[in-house]
Amino acid sequence: MSEQDVASGTKAVGRSMTSGKVASLNRTRSTVRLGWLVPTLYILFLMLPLYWLINMSFKTNQEITGAFSLWPRDFTWRNYAVIFSDPSWYSGYINSIIYVVLNTVISLAVALPAAYAFSRYRFLGDKHLFFWLLTNRMAPPAVFALPFFQLYSAFGLIDTHIAVALAHCLFNVPLAVWILEGFMSGVPKEIDETAYIDGYSFPRFFVRIFMPLIASGIGVAAFFCFMFSWVELLLARTLTTTAAKPISAIMTRTVSASGLDWGVLAAAGVLTIIPGALVIYFVRNYIAKGFALGRV
Amino acid sequence: MARIDLDHIRHSYLANPERDEDYALKEVHHTFADGGAYALLGPSGCGKTSLLNIISGLVPPTRGRVLFDGADVTDLPTENRNIAQVFQFPVIYDTMTVFDNLAFPLRNRGVDEADVKRRVNETLEIIDLANWAKKRAQGLTADQKQKISLGRGLVRQDVNAILFDEPLTVIDPHMKWVLRSQLKQLHKRFGYTMVYVTHDQTEALTFADSVVVMYEGQVVQIGTPAELFERPSHTFVGYFIGSPGMNVLPVKMQGAKAHLGPHVIELPGAPKAGSGARLELGVRPEYVRVGDEGMPIQLQAVEDIGRHRIVRGTLEGSDIAAIVPEHQELPSEPRVTFDPKGINIYADSWRQTLEA
Amino acid sequence: MDRTWNNKAWFLVLPVLVLVAFSAIIPLMTVVNYSVQDTFGNNQFFWAGLDWFDDTLHSERFWAALWRNLLFSGIILAIEIPLGIFIALNMPKRGWGVPVCLVLMALPLLIPWNVVGTIWQVFGRVDIGLLGRTLASLGIDYNYVQDPFDAWATIVVMDVWHWTSLVVLLCYAGLVSIPDAYYQAARIDGASRWSVFRFIQLPKMQRVLLIAVLLRFMDSFMIYTEPFVVTGGGPGNETTFLSIDLVKMAIGQFDVGPAAAMSLIYFLIVLLVSYVFYTVMTNVGKGAEQ
Repeated sequence: MSEQDVASGTKAVGRSMTSGKVASLNRTRSTVRLGWLVPTLYILFLMLPLYWLINMSFKTNQEITGAFSLWPRDFTWRNYAVIFSDPSWYSGYINSIIYVVLNTVISLAVALPAAYAFSRYRFLGDKHLFFWLLTNRMAPPAVFALPFFQLYSAFGLIDTHIAVALAHCLFNVPLAVWILEGFMSGVPKEIDETAYIDGYSFPRFFVRIFMPLIASGIGVAAFFCFMFSWVELLLARTLTTTAAKPISAIMTRTVSASGLDWGVLAAAGVLTIIPGALVIYFVRNYIAKGFALGRV
Repeated sequence: MARIDLDHIRHSYLANPERDEDYALKEVHHTFADGGAYALLGPSGCGKTSLLNIISGLVPPTRGRVLFDGADVTDLPTENRNIAQVFQFPVIYDTMTVFDNLAFPLRNRGVDEADVKRRVNETLEIIDLANWAKKRAQGLTADQKQKISLGRGLVRQDVNAILFDEPLTVIDPHMKWVLRSQLKQLHKRFGYTMVYVTHDQTEALTFADSVVVMYEGQVVQIGTPAELFERPSHTFVGYFIGSPGMNVLPVKMQGAKAHLGPHVIELPGAPKAGSGARLELGVRPEYVRVGDEGMPIQLQAVEDIGRHRIVRGTLEGSDIAAIVPEHQELPSEPRVTFDPKGINIYADSWRQTLEA
Repeated sequence: MDRTWNNKAWFLVLPVLVLVAFSAIIPLMTVVNYSVQDTFGNNQFFWAGLDWFDDTLHSERFWAALWRNLLFSGIILAIEIPLGIFIALNMPKRGWGVPVCLVLMALPLLIPWNVVGTIWQVFGRVDIGLLGRTLASLGIDYNYVQDPFDAWATIVVMDVWHWTSLVVLLCYAGLVSIPDAYYQAARIDGASRWSVFRFIQLPKMQRVLLIAVLLRFMDSFMIYTEPFVVTGGGPGNETTFLSIDLVKMAIGQFDVGPAAAMSLIYFLIVLLVSYVFYTVMTNVGKGAEQ
């Protein structure tokens, strides 16, 4: 190889360093890549606060407030024991999960036919209706907190799981319709027509043929509904007092009552992260595809 | 333009290939002559696209060297190899105009704007898109987009070779023919070295002076369309090229006599292959004569395809096809003979030369 | 896709309509109703016309909160969108790194918002937090409870921590949908890294970027829980955003009328800005199609 060739080869090393996708195909130049550093540093940044929370959850309160230590010196399960032995704590988890699941089911059940209508048919006022639905996603929950409280009081729904589930439909239904519509538009219309010719009725076609085709879309929509319902606090706290109080609200209350029990607070925080982590783990293979929301 | 030498190229997508099966390309040792039009023909997964990407430098070979006009370019990145490539699906820069698309490779190489303008306009004339120069590339049809991909290669007049990776896959049938003849004209006019990957034998045979047939990671035959047809050097070539493909019948050899069941076929000479080899006789349907004489076949079907008919049957348990003229009468108990000049003998799938 | 004209499709939309009417229209009407009335308790209401709107639009408190909110949305969009794109560009495209990155990055998105607040509250405290302690030991005077700049910095960093992943995941989804041939063609054309980004990756990410900007704007403009937990709107009113102010007014002081008027103005602003974003970004896309 001539000197010139060597020189141009070295120049290429510098260039291919940053081009992740193409450089990964390369034999000779793949060794000098630094691209992995960026996601690694970012993940480190994400994990530090979480680590600190987990770290605290295994410490005694004396250690938390007294000695500054990067890992628990005096390892203890006490904080978790407090939570699992007190019904007012763990019922919060059950409440949260009940209304989140209720909300996800309701949102999907009503959003599926609507999304189908938007993706397949034109009808009077369809565009306006779609936009109006989306505006509900833009409505600040703070705006609705008070009227929700009065409305649900009037129906006697305050402090029930269904109240929170319905309230969360405000922002989850538009989102679910939006996501599902994207996935459904990706399914060729010929499939519907073939099924009707084969003598399928609409409900049977929808459940037996169409839903399996957009399974990943339903999964993604369910993921988003779960996510936004699980993380929301303002409405959930406003609409519940005791019987349906979500875990995150119980956390804030207990903290203000007992003031300084940092260990239990941290443990409760860690426990609220777990359901989300589990959900992510199960849908990890759909995340990349799903976030494209069906069409890019 | 350049001559391209592939020097004992082997390639594997595994990190540590050990056995032969680990290699997507078993061993390719071949020269593409300067200014030649070549087709790489083979079924999906035979390694033809890998070979193309090795030439363009998108994939570095596991073993072996690539030489352009004698200079080793194996470690040279794609952008420094000065080749053009047209992909299966049109790759265009959506947000640019047609003009800017063609100017892109020149501007990237720092060509001054006056030259860019002149060369892009010349190229636009060649690919017949001069009227579209100011349009956004996004709204064009698939064949226009493929022309732009081609144009981005043509605009650099000094390219070493133009590579095509099944470029007509997404083009409408009638446009396929138009584009193919335009390519052919370009080749005649400018004498580019062109390598054209395809799995379509018509495309390969009409485009190329020389067809490279690949099968399971190796080159099984290189030749003109006529050679591939008359003397397939591997049973795969016989089967893959021609419609219907070559008849392949298991035989036993005794000197210059081939025994097919109870029948004996006289050959001009004996094959050299050892006794352990699996021997087969290959004869194209065009060289099978149907009449009252020869070996009896069980008739299965007769397909009339207009110009002639295809007779399908079984001969000693093997499927056999024959092409007969449109108006020839078929006897009720048909028999077949083979035209001696159409007979090839294969040992373990490879063609044998017969020695008298 | 061609869609057929069929008004029976309304029946399919009906369930959504009923549900959203119940959880959106009725409450919204209630808000409108309050916004034009005054009350002295005992459920006695008086017509107040547009007084509350007039008051709100002339209230310094409202404009201050609105300005803080716009500033906050602007800052976090300016940080999260470029940062998200940059991280997405450097994500691994295949292999074991992909699920690891995706799962770890998505984690903050599924943490209840008040827990996010708690995490940062704890993390930033000078007495017990890793961040606070570290900054203090580096000699930096950091206290998010008393110093407005520190409070803002904490809330911005917290939001970046919480939401950048959403931008990353959306952009990543856009990036992995680009066929390899585009990158190969770009190499053959001798394109620089910047050109690849400018002419291939950015155009292909446009749709997901629109979604990212819209979602991030809407959610940051409505932000309530996280800053409420960390700073409670303080020090003073330095981090009192519209939502915090609104809840304070409506539920804390029970000033229903002004709160309702403010709600409506607030809602209209979100709608207006979202609409502008949407139109601008889709028109950029349409321009590319012509």
